[in-house]
Amino acid sequence: MRMVVQNGTVIDPANRLEADRDLLIEEGVIRELGRPGSFAAVEAQRIDASGCVVAPGLIDMHVHLREPGYEYKETVLTGTQAAVAGGFTALACMANTSPVNDNGAVTRFIVEQARAAGLARVFPIGALSKGLHGEELAAIGEMVEAGAVAISDDGRPVMDANLMRRALEYCSMFDVPISVHEEDLHLSAGGSMNEGPTSVRLGIRGVPSVAEEVMVARDIALARLTRGRVHIAHVSTRRAVALVRQAKAEGLAVTAEVAPHHFTLTEAAVEGYDTHAKMSPPLRLADDVTAMKEGLRDGSIDAIATDHAPHHRDEKEVEFDQAAHGVTGLETALPLTLKLVRDGVFCLSEAVRKLSVNPARILGLPYGTLAVGRPADLTLFDTRATWRVDPLASRSRSQNTPFAGWELTGKVRLTMVEGRIVYADCEQEGKPA
Amino acid sequence: MTFSQRHFLGIEGLSRDELLFVLHTAESFREISEREVKKVPTLRGKTIINLFYESSTRTRSSFEIAAKRLSADAINISASTSSVNKGETLLDTARNLCAMRPAALVIRHPASGAPHLLARLDQCPVINAGDGAHEHPTQALLDVMTIREHLGDVAGKSIAIVGDILHSRVARSNILALTTLGAQVRLIGPPTLLPLECSRWGVERHTNLRAGLAGVDAIMMLRLQRERQMRNFFPSLDEYARGFCLTVEALKEAKPNVIILHPGPMNRGVEIDSRVADGPYSVILEQVTNGVAVRMAVLYLLTTQERLATQEQSVTNGQAVGQERTDRQTQPGAWAERPQPGQEKGPSRQPEPFLLPERAVGQ
Repeated sequence: MRMVVQNGTVIDPANRLEADRDLLIEEGVIRELGRPGSFAAVEAQRIDASGCVVAPGLIDMHVHLREPGYEYKETVLTGTQAAVAGGFTALACMANTSPVNDNGAVTRFIVEQARAAGLARVFPIGALSKGLHGEELAAIGEMVEAGAVAISDDGRPVMDANLMRRALEYCSMFDVPISVHEEDLHLSAGGSMNEGPTSVRLGIRGVPSVAEEVMVARDIALARLTRGRVHIAHVSTRRAVALVRQAKAEGLAVTAEVAPHHFTLTEAAVEGYDTHAKMSPPLRLADDVTAMKEGLRDGSIDAIATDHAPHHRDEKEVEFDQAAHGVTGLETALPLTLKLVRDGVFCLSEAVRKLSVNPARILGLPYGTLAVGRPADLTLFDTRATWRVDPLASRSRSQNTPFAGWELTGKVRLTMVEGRIVYADCEQEGKPA
Repeated sequence: MTFSQRHFLGIEGLSRDELLFVLHTAESFREISEREVKKVPTLRGKTIINLFYESSTRTRSSFEIAAKRLSADAINISASTSSVNKGETLLDTARNLCAMRPAALVIRHPASGAPHLLARLDQCPVINAGDGAHEHPTQALLDVMTIREHLGDVAGKSIAIVGDILHSRVARSNILALTTLGAQVRLIGPPTLLPLECSRWGVERHTNLRAGLAGVDAIMMLRLQRERQMRNFFPSLDEYARGFCLTVEALKEAKPNVIILHPGPMNRGVEIDSRVADGPYSVILEQVTNGVAVRMAVLYLLTTQERLATQEQSVTNGQAVGQERTDRQTQPGAWAERPQPGQEKGPSRQPEPFLLPERAVGQ
């Protein structure tokens, strides 16, 4: 089975390639890249990528697929449907399922569900502590053996610094990073939004920026002590980015990700008690948004990850302080990132690096590249096409996006995993190749 | 002038003119409560639902009495005796109550923003009777009304608000109302209960009671919730009282004719000394009396405005509408005509059924 993706602009940061190239794919593997028309004589299924960027498949290193246990919010199937529609070919999913993914059996179950869905690749992230209770180490070795690519108690900050130390030491044996949700629970004290002028005015208990910063500082200190790999999940404050920048300058194995909502929205989105603007960490101030962009630009922030956190309508249509934390993000991440390109924060190739190359490197995955001989995981997108976000049209089982009604620029036309087309934009279907 | 708000969710967003308009309306209603027969037919045939998710004596009875003095039918629902106990969500409860076609829904809720959630349903006017630590707009109005009675125009007056600013909806609404009307506001309390962000509101911030009270025209004490001690906002009630209890001695710092307000319920000996609470400067019970007038005004303005909206819809539907609407537009202040018992005036002259908006029919 042969395929040729032709007439597109290939952007492959891992190989420093940004040029018009046709791709020849055989048996799901990239066989050759050639100048436009190179494969005109080859007998193959043809995919017209004219007007499109051809990039290595996007990789989201922070999602919640909710299965097992919360299938009413999302399943591996619906989550990967949303993923491929958003251009993602691989996901790393967090452990806060029910039962918690704190052992090899649950890890294998998730891997199996993903295989059955047959869309995006899914790499489970194992829990750091048993039951996410923050007390005893979970079966890390067993989960890594079953396919876990990172360890995290995401959503439940590890308040016990000694447990975090031991986890970092222990994980270094497997060379898997620990993804840390940075929030001092005593300081956040049940807050529902950023602590600042808006929270004081709205009378909502706030989560101060320092709740994140003291934990980032702690975990960087522990990375220094243990030589372990710390990955700061969904960084949201200006000073947290500064701490990461410092740690990198020092040569520590510290990486960081930012979610599109944190580089796009400020706490003003909460106005009117909109529960779709409630997530953890919360939306911060304009200064912080600027710092996220600066961090992306100078490399302090390695990756863009959605923290896709689907919740049922019933969990959002309630009083603000009772609403569930989190927003969906798989289908809006690429256009929101492309906006940064248009705003001059970074170039398109750098955007692909943050959405594909770097997540693959942090998680130790052989993807994020269009090198010959690698699996043909790729995303075709049109950087100019515009569309309006309609939550009801989302492939996710949940509709809790803060971007409902937004007009976004940048549209995924086709997503391919190992040479299989897993998503094709219906507008483009039937277009002769 | 007309009052164009569909809901009454907070002081925030109200202009100086709108605030004065509501206050004038309230001042014109106050006299009704002094009559032998404390009832006018203004809201006859309308139902007001008081939905209270927190315990309340003053506010709930005040809204109920206000509704009844305007001849509306008032019913009270408290969370402890309602389907909330059966796990019904706030929105479902509201949808069901709205299906019974009330003229307004008055809500008290521990979550900030709960009234806004109901307002988004937009089935009937929603009146905020206190939401979490957000706002308590009718309390602020009755406070301002009381201050105006004693001091006249509040513009330029110096008013201290003392206590737990951080958690107080009364403080938020009063800060907004008083600053909008041109008063100088000072906030006084321990730093743990006095967020730094307060300074953005154009108010002074004091952590010393006596320094803060120097030369003020009015002092508004806030209730201290005893459970705050458990979360280390202060070491003990004793120590809080040592620093912030309004005593006769502390009172000497204020202007000689100072007035003292408290939204109730009071913690005697914690935030206010009994000699002050019961003393000559206290206007605490006048606040309660004025509360009824303020709530009458708010109920009146919101429920008659609903009627206007219905008429406007009729206009767009090409149906004949009475002169009334035009009259109301060309005669600013027509609202202020005091309704006389047995002599219906203006809007309530024609006995009219509370018309459902067209959109509500057949749903």
